[in-house]
Amino acid sequence: MAETSRLGEGVRAYWLIAGMWIRSAMTYRTSFVVTMCGNLLMTGLDFVGILLMFSQVDSLGGWGLPEIAFLYGLSVTAFGIADLVLGSMDVLGSRIRDGSFDILLVRPAPVLAQIGADRFAVRRLGRITQGVVVLGWALTSVHVDWSAAKVLLVPVMVVSGAAIFCAVFVAGAAFQIFAQDASEVQNAFTYGGTTLLQYPPTVFGKDFVRGVTFVLPLAFVNWVPASYVLGRPYPLDLPRWAAFTPPLVAVACAALAGLAWRAGLGSYRSTGS
Amino acid sequence: MGSWRLYAAVVAGGFRRYATYRAATFAGVFTNTVFGVILVYTYLALWDEKPHLGGYDQAQAVTYVWLGQCLYSTLAIQGGGAEKDVIERIRTGEIAVDLYRPADLQLWWLASDLGRALFQLIGRGVIPFVFGALFFPMALPTDVMSWAALLVALALAMVVSFGIRYLAALSVFWLMDGMGIMQGVMITGVFCSGIVFPLNAFPGVLGDIVRALPWAAQLQMPADVLMGETDPFGAYAFQATWAVVLLAAGRLLQSAATRRVVVQGG
Repeated sequence: MAETSRLGEGVRAYWLIAGMWIRSAMTYRTSFVVTMCGNLLMTGLDFVGILLMFSQVDSLGGWGLPEIAFLYGLSVTAFGIADLVLGSMDVLGSRIRDGSFDILLVRPAPVLAQIGADRFAVRRLGRITQGVVVLGWALTSVHVDWSAAKVLLVPVMVVSGAAIFCAVFVAGAAFQIFAQDASEVQNAFTYGGTTLLQYPPTVFGKDFVRGVTFVLPLAFVNWVPASYVLGRPYPLDLPRWAAFTPPLVAVACAALAGLAWRAGLGSYRSTGS
Repeated sequence: MGSWRLYAAVVAGGFRRYATYRAATFAGVFTNTVFGVILVYTYLALWDEKPHLGGYDQAQAVTYVWLGQCLYSTLAIQGGGAEKDVIERIRTGEIAVDLYRPADLQLWWLASDLGRALFQLIGRGVIPFVFGALFFPMALPTDVMSWAALLVALALAMVVSFGIRYLAALSVFWLMDGMGIMQGVMITGVFCSGIVFPLNAFPGVLGDIVRALPWAAQLQMPADVLMGETDPFGAYAFQATWAVVLLAAGRLLQSAATRRVVVQGG
């Protein structure tokens, strides 16, 4: 009971802070529209890069453009949601350095909610929009014998994928408590992760795929479930039912990230500035 | 002679400033290496599908990737160099203080940005490049001359990169807000420099256009000079022309801006 009320408190605090940032962004409406378009354009460049590749070839690692667009759309949409919710986590290091992190600790609201909603940026909807558009195009152009399970799996993938990426953000933030200056390490796993998942698993080396399946389970964001939807061989010959495990993987990741976050907070020593 | 000492000191200052952030540098090295690995795999798949794409063989494509990761922060391809400081100083009005200094504004910032670039090259660029050479087959020349030729191309690339970003920063005198222009720097930098896709593999007319733009001086030219794909002097001429044009334009814009300077926050 105490846990649920604490969760509710966190969500409430999150929305209060996020709402404040939304209102402040809306004060300069033109600026907001411009930065959102910029965000859309900037994140769209990744897909333009893929289109450029496909201007020269018909398939990559044995996968065609609509199939890669499907991977891309899933990865970017899931990551976009996580980035919208927790994307400001990388300011944690600088907040610790300048001492303002201490202020968050004494406020009567969960620190994770405060730091997650810090500088909540509505412009990040640009990435989600772009991901959804590519995903929509992919869904209409891939050749799939749609079944109820496959149709249901698509939204499940997006939500679980977002949760997995959220867990990576939280774990990254916990790491920043130890290494305050190293927010870029987090980028390797967050931005690097979403970039990786935009390409089919057949492109990468076996050990590499093993790493992002069993160590950092990004493969469950799209590679494994998408292989089921598209009727492709699974990466690493995983069993058929593995396609339906993303929600479980997401829960496990969230639990581990939560532990890491607590350990990080527990060991936090103020810089004294 | 005295003024050269001054600018050399500014270069050293720029270098030292970035050298202070050790953990950030290690983090950057790690991130560049991870992105390099992802990109190398996709390029290898691409070159498997179409060998000799853009006139490169596989080893050359791999070399291109790792040089790109080496130069990503060196040339501030997505921004984040001296232009960031210039924009901030224009916005806050501190630029007025800079104008009173007995030093040339453009040269001052060029020197500072060169110091930053030198540190990023040594501190952040070399390790991912060496990592790439150790774990992936690369097409590296064995003669000293090719490496010396690369260093000249890199120096020119740094000046061109600064030229573009300085122009962008000066526009803030009129725009008053740097957000949009920084996004512009990022988008054009990432797309036109060839970091996403080698410019010589761009299709058709689009390829002709991007290869003629100044961003081509940043990664494509040094890569081709290193791998002996182009005549170094032709590459230098291309880079130097853009460097002169951009710096001259920066000078013009700078004098126009300082004549109408409105000090903010006063």
